[in-house]
Amino acid sequence: MNLFFSFAALLIIILLALVGVEAGNLEYLFGVIIPYAAIVFFLIGIIYKVIYWARSPVPFRITTVAGQQKSLDWIKSSKLESPHSALGVIGRMLLEVLLFRSLFRNTKVELKKGPKLVYGSSRYLWLGALAFHWAFLIIVLRHFRYFSEPIPTFVPFLQNLDGFLQIGVPILYITNVVIVIALTYLFLRRVLDPKLKYFSLASDYFPLLLIITIALTGILMRYFTKVDIVSVKELAIGLFSFQPIVPEGIGVMFYLHFFLVSVLIAYFPFSKLMHMAGVFLSPTRNLANNNRMKRHINPWNAPVRIHTYEEYEDEFRDVMKASGLPLEKE
Amino acid sequence: MSEPKLKPEEFAEKISYKAPQKSWRDPKVEFKLGSFNYSGIPKNVEYLKLPNPRKWQPTQEDWKLPENWKEIILTGLKERLNKFRSLKVFMDICVRCGACSDKCHYFIGSGDPKNMPVLRAELLRSVYRNDFTTAGKVFGKFAGARDLTIDVIKEWFYYFYQCTQCRRCSVFCPYGIDTAEITLLVRELLNLIGINIDWVITPVANSFRTGNHLGIQPHGFKDSIDFAVEELESIIGIKVEAPINKKGAEILFVTPSADYFGDPHYFTLLGYLTLFHEIGLDYTWTTFASEGGNFGSFVSHDLMKSLNTKIYSEAKRLGVKWILGGECGHMWRVLHQYMDTINGPADFLEEPVSPITGTKFKNAKSTKMVHICEFTADLIKNNKIKLDKSRNDKWKVTFHDSCNPARAMGLIEEPRYVINNTCNHFFEMPENTIKEQTFCCGSGAGLGTDENLEMRLRGGLPRANAVKFVNEKNGVNFLGCICAIDKATLPPLMDYWVPGVQVGGVHELVGNALVVKGEKERTTDLRGEPYQEKAKEEIESTIEE
Repeated sequence: MNLFFSFAALLIIILLALVGVEAGNLEYLFGVIIPYAAIVFFLIGIIYKVIYWARSPVPFRITTVAGQQKSLDWIKSSKLESPHSALGVIGRMLLEVLLFRSLFRNTKVELKKGPKLVYGSSRYLWLGALAFHWAFLIIVLRHFRYFSEPIPTFVPFLQNLDGFLQIGVPILYITNVVIVIALTYLFLRRVLDPKLKYFSLASDYFPLLLIITIALTGILMRYFTKVDIVSVKELAIGLFSFQPIVPEGIGVMFYLHFFLVSVLIAYFPFSKLMHMAGVFLSPTRNLANNNRMKRHINPWNAPVRIHTYEEYEDEFRDVMKASGLPLEKE
Repeated sequence: MSEPKLKPEEFAEKISYKAPQKSWRDPKVEFKLGSFNYSGIPKNVEYLKLPNPRKWQPTQEDWKLPENWKEIILTGLKERLNKFRSLKVFMDICVRCGACSDKCHYFIGSGDPKNMPVLRAELLRSVYRNDFTTAGKVFGKFAGARDLTIDVIKEWFYYFYQCTQCRRCSVFCPYGIDTAEITLLVRELLNLIGINIDWVITPVANSFRTGNHLGIQPHGFKDSIDFAVEELESIIGIKVEAPINKKGAEILFVTPSADYFGDPHYFTLLGYLTLFHEIGLDYTWTTFASEGGNFGSFVSHDLMKSLNTKIYSEAKRLGVKWILGGECGHMWRVLHQYMDTINGPADFLEEPVSPITGTKFKNAKSTKMVHICEFTADLIKNNKIKLDKSRNDKWKVTFHDSCNPARAMGLIEEPRYVINNTCNHFFEMPENTIKEQTFCCGSGAGLGTDENLEMRLRGGLPRANAVKFVNEKNGVNFLGCICAIDKATLPPLMDYWVPGVQVGGVHELVGNALVVKGEKERTTDLRGEPYQEKAKEEIESTIEE
């Protein structure tokens, strides 16, 4: 049901673009107005959400520690798994954000006869996720050749790196292959693993399908149904310089690709994709394990009902006296 | 304790990880005897001035909730979202990647999908989406939103009291989503409408009044310490000092109350007494803060703070320099991650320095509380105590990292160092079951009751199974640990899954191995059992061969 809903939503989005551009000649809407609107949604949405999170304080330092603490001098502490300094925390966050450290730990449990529990290492999820995210990032960066003139120097560098296999004309980008394979894997595991399927929501399938379609339309444009790339760049530069123009004859495949990207951008702040920003705010990862060295302040440290020693002694004075325990008041 | 009827093999065969037909959105829960805890008794709910004291049980249809229960819960949720960034972030950023799904001991032992950390959190997240997010309001169930109904409340009670706040899932989560945080906050919410369990509420009430969760009054405390001193005298031939409520002592010692009332905790207590005597420590016990374990931390931040106050205030009253803490799990989560924040600053104490070695415990310079394993490891490293490892030769030891010392503190090598210096036979369990990946005993955070035994055996399966592995491979017969709940709940778990394995504290091993100046020749270990029975037998049998 959730999967069906996601497919249906995607299909409607595709149809909207195709019909809008082919039948309605709404190039300006799909090429200018919607992308601008999407960016506005994206920026306001993200800022709103991050402020919404940041408005709540971090009352306690609840680091999840995954290694040896810093204690006695002769015991080697784990600076990245149990960071006790700001530098360690930065290192831990970098490992998490750039290399998905925690996912790398992943195991898969099997219950065998006996009973006997076996924990196998299970790094496909880590590999799939890492491949997808890095490929996506590189592809986005490669796209800067459309957005800016002159082309930033990192773009040709990335292009060369990405296309070093030198297969075909135009040259096959490795990231294009990787992203499709990785996304297909991430999608299939969600559908085929009964456990995952059980708790997957429409909002889990939808972004995967959306991004797969974006990747496929991009690939189609590059290798098969060519579009007028010069006009595309004209449009993109126009958008970025706030002097939008819509050149003639770009081709419908571009508008479809562009509309899907707009949808993704607009959808981003209202979805789980916000994990991109949220991971930086996760208190179990971004705080040092230095709790006993440095006091953490809770801004709302609420007063609570307490039972004082005086009340305690008042209640138990007789028995304390009888058993010879020292008293404050005789 | 009533034993389950099934044999372990049959019990385990019935565990299936297949997803059920019923959608997770359906909140209906069947309260099966053996898998939930009884409600808090009204007298103690009232004593703690908590809302809605009344007689009720989870198996009843009517939970006698206040009429505006839904409003209370939603207002309470809103309030907590504004107070805890963790809650907001954890509600918003889960991508349901499934990395956590098979990391929970309750899932592994039950196969119930709602024991997957991801779904446990979704139980709350679905309500959060419904009432607090745009996507949830617009797309409803397609965005994973659910209405808050009485059945959802019952489902929360069932599943958030099937989480021991062990935080294993949080280690594997790519965003560090911490189910313990979510569980604690949901238990707070449930508490607002009078839903709680007795094995949390009564210990909290007892701790509040008498200082310890068993409700032992000051003279009872003194009796049991005195008794331990006598018993120790019969073993080592020396009557040790055990000062109580002594003003001006250098160090205040706080440990879970089970240490002086429970078995096998008691042998660890004898270990502490032996050690403190041998090094001539100027310390004191306390009756007022006679519980290290903080049952408040199982149910709300306020009650956690309320009970924890006693430790600093007693340290202040007695005028000690710093505080030493015994073997305990959740206690150390509170001491390490919360105490300084909620009841500090402890500016009336001094930075802890070992009076024996002169070592500064720089890692505790603000909180001023040192873990006994840190303290003892430092003694051993500096050759301040003499240990005869062979006295523990009858034990083949493995070590269960208690969840919170491992995942809240990173106290991993200290206990191992102590163990390796007190016994000759130490074997690690498989790496996916120890250190930061350690498995819970299955009975923490208030769930260690007899009525909950089936669920405990399920939750304890991963731990027990790892013990079984080293039991079969290396002949391990002693499961060392540094947590009072472990010591109370691992023995029945071992009896069921791995019969023949004893459970005991690290400082029991220390007490056995410690060569005390002027002690008589010991004939028994701290358990009162012949010292080297098994070792001798082994020697004899080799001679015969």
